[in-house]
Amino acid sequence: MKPSPPHPLELLLRERIVILDGAMGTMVQRYKLDEAAYRGERFAKHGTDVKGNNDLLCLTRPAVIEEIHGQYLEAGADLIETNTFNATSLSQADYGLESLAYELNIAAAGCARRAVERVQKQDDKPRFVAGALGPLSKTLSISRDVNDPGARDVTFDQVCAAYTEQVRGLLDGGVDVLLVETIFDTLNAKAALFAIETFFDEHPKRRVPIMVSGTITDLSGRTLTGQTVEAFLNSVSHAPLLSIGLNCALGPQEMRPYIEELAHLAPTFVSCYPNAGLPDPLSPTGFPETPESLAPQLREWAANGWLNIVGGCCGTTPAHIKAIAEAVRDCPPRVVPEIPPRLRLSGLEALAA
Amino acid sequence: MSASTQGSQFLLIGERTNVTGSPRFAKLILAGDYETALAVARQQVEGGANILDVNMDEGMLDGEAAMRRFLNLLSAEPDIARVPIMIDSSKWSVIEAGLKCIQGKGIVNSISLKEGEEKFIHYAKLIRRYGAATVVMAFDEQGQAADFQRKTEICARAYQILTERVGFPATDIIFDPNILTVATGIEEHNNYAVDFIEATRWIKQNLPGAKVSGGVSNVSFSFRGNNPVREAIHSAFLFHAIRAGLDMGIVNAGQLAVYEEIPKNLLELVEDVLLNRRPDATERLVAFAETVKAGGKEKVKDDAWRDAPVEERLSHALIKGITDFIEADTEEARGKFARPLEVIEGPLMAGMSVVGDLFGAGKMFLPQVVKSARVMKKAVAYLMPFMEAEKASKPASEQRAQGRVLMATVKGDVHDIGKNIVGVVLACNNFEVIDLGVMVSCEKILEEAKKHGVDVIGLSGLITPSLEEMAHVASEMQRNGFELPLLIGGATTSRAHTAVKIAPAYAHACVHVLDASRAVGVVNSLLNPELKSGYTAQIAGDYQKLREEHGARATVKKMLSLAEARA
Repeated sequence: MKPSPPHPLELLLRERIVILDGAMGTMVQRYKLDEAAYRGERFAKHGTDVKGNNDLLCLTRPAVIEEIHGQYLEAGADLIETNTFNATSLSQADYGLESLAYELNIAAAGCARRAVERVQKQDDKPRFVAGALGPLSKTLSISRDVNDPGARDVTFDQVCAAYTEQVRGLLDGGVDVLLVETIFDTLNAKAALFAIETFFDEHPKRRVPIMVSGTITDLSGRTLTGQTVEAFLNSVSHAPLLSIGLNCALGPQEMRPYIEELAHLAPTFVSCYPNAGLPDPLSPTGFPETPESLAPQLREWAANGWLNIVGGCCGTTPAHIKAIAEAVRDCPPRVVPEIPPRLRLSGLEALAA
Repeated sequence: MSASTQGSQFLLIGERTNVTGSPRFAKLILAGDYETALAVARQQVEGGANILDVNMDEGMLDGEAAMRRFLNLLSAEPDIARVPIMIDSSKWSVIEAGLKCIQGKGIVNSISLKEGEEKFIHYAKLIRRYGAATVVMAFDEQGQAADFQRKTEICARAYQILTERVGFPATDIIFDPNILTVATGIEEHNNYAVDFIEATRWIKQNLPGAKVSGGVSNVSFSFRGNNPVREAIHSAFLFHAIRAGLDMGIVNAGQLAVYEEIPKNLLELVEDVLLNRRPDATERLVAFAETVKAGGKEKVKDDAWRDAPVEERLSHALIKGITDFIEADTEEARGKFARPLEVIEGPLMAGMSVVGDLFGAGKMFLPQVVKSARVMKKAVAYLMPFMEAEKASKPASEQRAQGRVLMATVKGDVHDIGKNIVGVVLACNNFEVIDLGVMVSCEKILEEAKKHGVDVIGLSGLITPSLEEMAHVASEMQRNGFELPLLIGGATTSRAHTAVKIAPAYAHACVHVLDASRAVGVVNSLLNPELKSGYTAQIAGDYQKLREEHGARATVKKMLSLAEARA
């Protein structure tokens, strides 16, 4: 096991808090694209409605996606996520577009890369593209059949195959890192990590850093499939992670204790990108937190030494990212603690021996 | 670390969800009765299993399908799925099917060098990629290791391959150096238990990070059908193996005697066999076993303890977890004391403190402690109506609650025996107790404290990580502007730790409570306006002194090592 030289993103993380971008979906909504706009010429005659299939826009409206990436970069993001939350054959099957998965990922990586190159021409700051692997529309740990809790819609091997195709597309498209995100079923994420590690084992020269981000779905402090933060950490720590963090589902107030916990437990860098609060149908963006209200909260976490990577999830915009970037600018990054090596197991809860 | 945490760190692996070891479980799985099979798993976890071993190796069974089905069903049961799974099979395809079903980090049981290095490395790489730890059996191309020499050689070789060639973390390796059957009448087998215990000690000293496990029931296989002897052998074996460094074991929690309670003559015979102390050890134990067997069940359920005074009977019932006579004995004790509460504070608490000591010394295991707690609960439940009646007979002015106490076992910790006793004692002394139960998050504690307008918050915990969680609660109380007194209690807590690590995080009263008998005094002092300021000042002063002493010690230590370094 030869240690490889540190990745440029890792060097940046040692230096300061890295800024991640905000929501893609929230920004796409502003363009008020209709069914025809989503379809473009190529899918004009496709048999299923595709409005809402945001990943498809990488092919049909690449300029829109590139523009949004650009806005986040100009707002101060160092790291942007590809628009590939649903770009797997399993999730695209909902639109009858499963055969498009590989192409979608290449196209999405291209949109992000072009945005980075354009902005980088203005100054010489390093910026990075994270290839995003979303949670899938099917889950390995939960039955859809109320009469049979043992039934499953999909197998581990199918999930692995879908993620392998996505990983290949993202890497062929030129992403700098892979980000397995919005994990509400850890088994899906373990299948993604299995796919990634198998791919790197077969293509050792193509290895890139791996980031993961889980989702605590409610105030009980558990993932949708019932794991605590520490159990989740133990479940994915076998992969050589650059960072682990939390995103989505919660706003900053609700997410705070879990980020604090993770900051103390994780032997890697820690990321967080909360929603702009819990959904609020009465607010114009659907979420209550404004750039002015969100930024100081994340600044407090950064000042506590909990953060290495920070950005936003649902309901956040370039204005939020700009405010966050300014708020944490003078905060030093979290120092990764020395975690004593132990046998660390988990079921829904963690067990150390 | 203190003895009590050592005791709690030995991990019990539930063995009843194993078709090769449990005929009942095998029958259920073969009949497709997965619902009842799940109940077997639940019993294991409720009985104190920290990890669940699942094995579907049965000729008549599609092992892969059964493993998948059982684990998928199990993941829908939060009270079972909370513990890690040990996927147990001699077939790789079954292990792999299991690994594809668990979201947690489990353990594979097992791989070995039996089929050579290439396969061993291949499996280890895959296990790592699936995100599991693994048991490695002391088995190689030549076969199973029986003696110390072979056990340690094979484990060292496997360790080197895994850590240097596969990149497998040492801490995810669990060696099983084969617990083989003793007292078989074959001379070469006489040293088997010693070989295991010594190999365990060697592994822990020479293969850093690695853990040791074993299937315990195998050691006593010669005495199958003779439970009293088997139980004694298991307990004595575990006692010695744990002291040598055994970290976990596949154990039938229902088949364990309390080490201290094994009759001295039997214990001596058993240890002669296990530790290979004399050539005729087997003959002597076999001869003794015959008499136990001949005596039948009556002999086992030795009722001699029933003749002892009631205090001793209560203590015995608590230690052995016997509920049969507890109500009658509690009633008898009630007659001896002026008030029902005195039965709790007297003989029942005395019995539980013996349980605590035995557990701390590794002479009792968690499932046994759980049984003790059930006995305690039953005795207290019996006394409750009498205490209620006593309270009702008092004038109304005295009936009003003196204060409201919120209690919780902190997040990450499920132990509540001590907390429950404190709750009972406080309630009996006219405090209103709001008990939030176990595994309570900091947010919940603070939220409920506000909601109920409590006067005191009491935190409890048994395991070491709870100490940090308590300090966290204290700092959150500070951040959220609380001013209520905070009480700290539980086996690993101490006055010094409270003074040094918890109290400084909170600007208001923070007091360590040594045991339930002190709880009333402390709470009274904190809630009585006349006593409060003097009491808190005194505690604050004491804790300041403790901090200074601690600081002074830490500095001396630091200076010494610096001096040593320069010497």
